[in-house]
Amino acid sequence: MQKELWKGNEAIAEAAIRAGCDCFFGYPITPQSEVPEYMSVHLPEHGGVFVQSESEVAAINMVYGAAASGMRAMTSSSSPGISLKQEGISYLVGSELPAVIVNCMRGGPGLGTIQPGQGDYYQATRGGGNGDYRTVVLSPSNVQEAVDFVQEAFDIADQYRNPVMVVCDGLIGQMMEPIEWHPVPKRDLPPKDWATTGRKGRDHHNIINSLYMDPEVCDQHNANLAKKYALMEQNELRWEEKECGDAEVVITAYGTPARIALTAIEALRAEGIKAGLFRPITLWPFPEKALHELAGKTHVKAFLDVEMSSMGQMIDDVRLAVEGQKPIRFLGHAGGVMPTVEEIIESVKKALKEVQ
Amino acid sequence: MAIVYEKSKGLTDAELHYCPGCHHGIIHKLVAESLVELGLLDEAIGVCPVGCSVFAFNYFSCDMQEAAHGRAPAVATGIKRTHPTQAVFTYQGDGDLASIGAAEIVHAAMRGEKFTTIFVNNAIYGMTGGQMAPTTLIGQRATTCQSGRTVEQAGMPIRMAELLSTLDGCVYAERVCVTDIANINKAKRAIKKAFEKQMNREGFTFIEVLSTCPTNWGMTPLKANAWLKENMAAYYPLGVIKDSSAEVK
Repeated sequence: MQKELWKGNEAIAEAAIRAGCDCFFGYPITPQSEVPEYMSVHLPEHGGVFVQSESEVAAINMVYGAAASGMRAMTSSSSPGISLKQEGISYLVGSELPAVIVNCMRGGPGLGTIQPGQGDYYQATRGGGNGDYRTVVLSPSNVQEAVDFVQEAFDIADQYRNPVMVVCDGLIGQMMEPIEWHPVPKRDLPPKDWATTGRKGRDHHNIINSLYMDPEVCDQHNANLAKKYALMEQNELRWEEKECGDAEVVITAYGTPARIALTAIEALRAEGIKAGLFRPITLWPFPEKALHELAGKTHVKAFLDVEMSSMGQMIDDVRLAVEGQKPIRFLGHAGGVMPTVEEIIESVKKALKEVQ
Repeated sequence: MAIVYEKSKGLTDAELHYCPGCHHGIIHKLVAESLVELGLLDEAIGVCPVGCSVFAFNYFSCDMQEAAHGRAPAVATGIKRTHPTQAVFTYQGDGDLASIGAAEIVHAAMRGEKFTTIFVNNAIYGMTGGQMAPTTLIGQRATTCQSGRTVEQAGMPIRMAELLSTLDGCVYAERVCVTDIANINKAKRAIKKAFEKQMNREGFTFIEVLSTCPTNWGMTPLKANAWLKENMAAYYPLGVIKDSSAEVK
């Protein structure tokens, strides 16, 4: 298939249009502004609706209204803007509404930097808004994956009636790469007979709501949601293992750092050091069992977690999965600084030396 | 026996939870009757707020959505833009619309979103127990201004109909009340007119309904009605604040 050169953010927008996105609501913020820019031009060409909202808070609530009336709705933002959307994401989950939310992550806290970051891992995987909830979180590590995952995200969202997040670091949004527009898996989806489309002869009125005043009923509602999360954990887990078959040091990383790690692994192997990569693709659900099993292999001596975060966030999930079987070391930078190949090589060697 | 009065088909059989003397029930009835009389009930999608009317989704018989606090105009934007031929309305209180949702209502009006907002202004936060609202009158007591609202502490109350009418996208803004039959009839006409203008795709339409809160005002329903007419209507003048079609003529 013919390859085309696309900028990440524009490719993400085009992918959404190809996935049948009916409407996009967004607000400018670096480094994701090409998504609303592209949508403003091209979504109406396909009969879709684009609105530039007054805030990220409004954008996510426009998504709520459209999704609740049966539309395939999407918004995108970058870290500080995603923080503002958390209220709306919680309501989307509570009201069981499908939607796709793209976070083109930058460094924080506060305004932080407009350079790439991965400091929103906790927020994405633990439910950044109020209440107990989860969303499927897809993490591409190149533009091709971003394009594929955004298209699949709409189906995943519709299948579970739950928002899906696609978290890219800013580099993926800003980088141009060759991609191909191959078909992505399509799912058999249930009809949206719950949507508030106007009754149009229906014998009852549909209600979209997240309020349950009776504690017993609210408890049951949460139990029902938890059953959906369990299904997502069962069906949606994705990860990738590279060179883990004999690896003595396994690097855990996602997004751009995972790509940098691959270059380091190649160099390490050329020196005779057996390094491998364990890359979660769904950050939630986290591939806990696979990582636990890998940690139990006798050839694995240590883990090195690499993130664009000063203290590490995914490292907590790595720790929970490894369960103390092997030591875990950390390499990370925040504030837009990327871990380098040289640093990773040095950290792998150091980790290996410590366990020998 | 001939039927002389019937509950509107725009309302469900659910029992209203509102306090005695509260005006929400009357206002619900007027909105429901308007939708039925204009033939819009089967098409309509409503959005309710956070506040006393949070359960309005149980009372209106059309499709309904419950929004986060203050966000109803953004939610309605998402609905109306993707369902441009259908009737869409938000039903919001003064804490929801004039305080936490001020940005959403101003920008929906600025964009000229073609939905109708029913704004119930009772000058207090009812659901949470009588705290000061941006619409609380100077000197009026609330649980967060127990000696009465002062200008020094909280500024002057906000007049939303006048504020929104400065925006070109807002084509119709009227303030009404439902304290007596004559005013109820006027309110009904205003609500119907707003929906008609919405369906003509003229722009954003806004009906502010002054309302009582006997429970949190600490008054009997009758005294609350009198207080509304004497004090609220003095600061929030009743009548058409803006009608773009009238300006054109």
